[in-house]
Amino acid sequence: MKNPLSAAAYRRRAPGEPRAIGYLYILPALVLYAAFLLYPFGQSVWLSFVHWDGLTVATPAGFDNYRDLFTDPALRAPFAHALLLLVFYSALPVAIGLLLAALMSRARVRGMTFFRTVLFLPQVLALIVVGVAWRSILAPDGLLNDTLHAVGLGSLARPWLGDYDWALPAVGIVGTWVGTGLCMVLFLAGAQRIPRELYEAARMDGAGPVREFFSVTLPGLRPQIAVALTLTIVAGLRNFDLIYITTSGGPGNSTSVPAYEVYHRAFETNQVGSAAAVGVALTVLIFVLTVTVSRLVEGRRS
Amino acid sequence: MGFPSTGSRRVRRRAVPILLTAGLALLATACVPGTDGSQAYGPGNGPAVAVPDPAKAGKVTLTVWDQEIRGGTNGELQQLNKEFERKYPNVKIKRVARSFNDLKTTLKLALSGNNPPDVVQANQGYPDMVSFVQAGLLAPLDNYAGVYAWNTRYPNTLLNLNRVSADGTDFGTGRLYGISQTGEYIGVYYNKDVLAKAGVKPPKTWGEFTASLSRLKDRGKLPIQFGNLDKYPAIHTFGVLQDQLAAAEVRDTVLGRGTGFDTTATKDAAATLADWTKRGYLPKGSNGLGYDDAAKKFSSGDGGYLLTGTWLLADLKKAMGDKLGLMTPPPASAGGAPVTTGGQGLAWSITSRSRHPEVAAAYLDFITNKHAADVMTEHGVLPAVPGAAAERVDPDTVDGQMIAGWKRLSAADGLVPYLDYSSPTFFDTITAALQGVISGKTSPEKFAATLQQDYGAFMKKQRERHAATPAPAEPK
Repeated sequence: MKNPLSAAAYRRRAPGEPRAIGYLYILPALVLYAAFLLYPFGQSVWLSFVHWDGLTVATPAGFDNYRDLFTDPALRAPFAHALLLLVFYSALPVAIGLLLAALMSRARVRGMTFFRTVLFLPQVLALIVVGVAWRSILAPDGLLNDTLHAVGLGSLARPWLGDYDWALPAVGIVGTWVGTGLCMVLFLAGAQRIPRELYEAARMDGAGPVREFFSVTLPGLRPQIAVALTLTIVAGLRNFDLIYITTSGGPGNSTSVPAYEVYHRAFETNQVGSAAAVGVALTVLIFVLTVTVSRLVEGRRS
Repeated sequence: MGFPSTGSRRVRRRAVPILLTAGLALLATACVPGTDGSQAYGPGNGPAVAVPDPAKAGKVTLTVWDQEIRGGTNGELQQLNKEFERKYPNVKIKRVARSFNDLKTTLKLALSGNNPPDVVQANQGYPDMVSFVQAGLLAPLDNYAGVYAWNTRYPNTLLNLNRVSADGTDFGTGRLYGISQTGEYIGVYYNKDVLAKAGVKPPKTWGEFTASLSRLKDRGKLPIQFGNLDKYPAIHTFGVLQDQLAAAEVRDTVLGRGTGFDTTATKDAAATLADWTKRGYLPKGSNGLGYDDAAKKFSSGDGGYLLTGTWLLADLKKAMGDKLGLMTPPPASAGGAPVTTGGQGLAWSITSRSRHPEVAAAYLDFITNKHAADVMTEHGVLPAVPGAAAERVDPDTVDGQMIAGWKRLSAADGLVPYLDYSSPTFFDTITAALQGVISGKTSPEKFAATLQQDYGAFMKKQRERHAATPAPAEPK
């Protein structure tokens, strides 16, 4: 026989309705999250409202540090650079990744695993290693310039990382190289989950490879594209190591990015408040962009 | 006497918009980060002391943070630490060695934490040493300087670079907050083979030097190897050029009492740097070449000269052997007094909250005295005050050349401090501007104006500070 009491307890709640005990289950994770993420973030927000050199007593700054983000060209520029870098860190890898995935999933390539591994390899390497390697490739007599000379394009050779116009794209290309493999692997996995019938139906209706890509593959990969965009945007905006290793923001300040500026101000020029403001602004920017992506691309409603 | 209260700076809250006042005021009073300098009353500040005897200090662990991780300096310091422990068996040295950058980024936190090290290496200039003094984290050493005769051991030029004014605003004057072990200067390294093949003798005068550049170029050699991707090397190259034109004025300017940077010397030196790049005396695209890469190229025979610091001597010598020569930038007339950019290694300082300041002072003396100088020489390191061992080094070797150059510079008072000491933001300003000059993007006029803008703004701030707090009498 059923216990009437417990039956009554069950009746009061719809199945699956949240219960207070749930909070107990997430408590351990929440405590860690709060201690190592929420609390430091709150501290950063607070620091962004003071002028502080990291040692002597801080003085309240009001919105000074945030106003500087808009009025000080030395702070505006890094954000402009970061947004431009997103073309290289996010747009290009996704585009190239889609192309590669479409090619690889259509044609039976011999040694497919090999190519996949090679293209994914940059993801596995530490960014420091990537930075050091590319620094030597892009050096005045590095691999890239040597190759250009060898094929008769010597007039194009230049000190890539020391060129005011080319340093930013040069660092960007490194990001493209790193990000493409990840995007491709995501898309390949996604493409395998698109039902074969859809392709057969499309071919029956007389669709060519291009039409097939836009009508079947692309819509089918929508969730993967959203993931790829989110990951690459976050990685692109957070980009610190590559800049630190390759150019330190130079030549002049033509490759400075917000994440590098945070480090530089907090540790090198004793402007902790300003560094915190840049950090908070960067967080907000990343948040806004990723929410936008998940709304637009993934079609997720609030 | 303690520091002028920094508390006065805490009450500028009226400027904050009303809406924020409540929240920020709470934060500002409740848990404002940072110290107020109240710990400034350091051990070296009391009445005159006798020579401390660490042997009587009981069991002591001395925590030392330094950045001497490179071959020569690391070896020299390890040996001296061991000898100090042998001399005073009751003292144990706990050494924490990190790279310069790692030390720079962690030292601030360590000093302001609850358990600071006893002895630290502090970088001279506003961002580090002056900030530490302002926060009352370093102990003034003037009394120890008297007891141990550091005042006479070092030339004044060097000693001044380790001074900060008592109110923690000015660099290069006031109380002594550290002493340095090593000396360093920007010299002209040359590859004897490359010069000989181009029929160039090591120049004796600046005129011969510049003439040799075009000769090397004509013979198809790169005259000066140079890589400026890391931004800072150009400070040294530019510094050498500027020193040739106005060494004394530049030194005064860096120490905050000169004519500033909008001068013909600044413009002419910048113009020379741009001109050398255009003529190919410096490699094309030096902004894209790393500092270490340039040194490697020079040591493998690519380039007649390399203008950089004595800290690179050991590495270059290992790769080049007898082919390597070193001289101070040649003076205007043969045998004249040399001038160049240079100074000394990072200052060794005692923290104000060290529980064993006297042992720390004895340690500082031990690693900088005559015996230490000899140990440094044996390890191929240039001591700030060369001792007996330095006399025995063969003057024809590159080590001998380095020591002789240092002695001549010290005797002639020919050292000009690093330009980035000029203001807290000067490193950023000058490195970015110099990359512009080298690429031809920034004109010498614009360059001088950019430097002066940074420097002038800082000088104005300094004057306002001085007006706000009348400087206390400086102890001599």
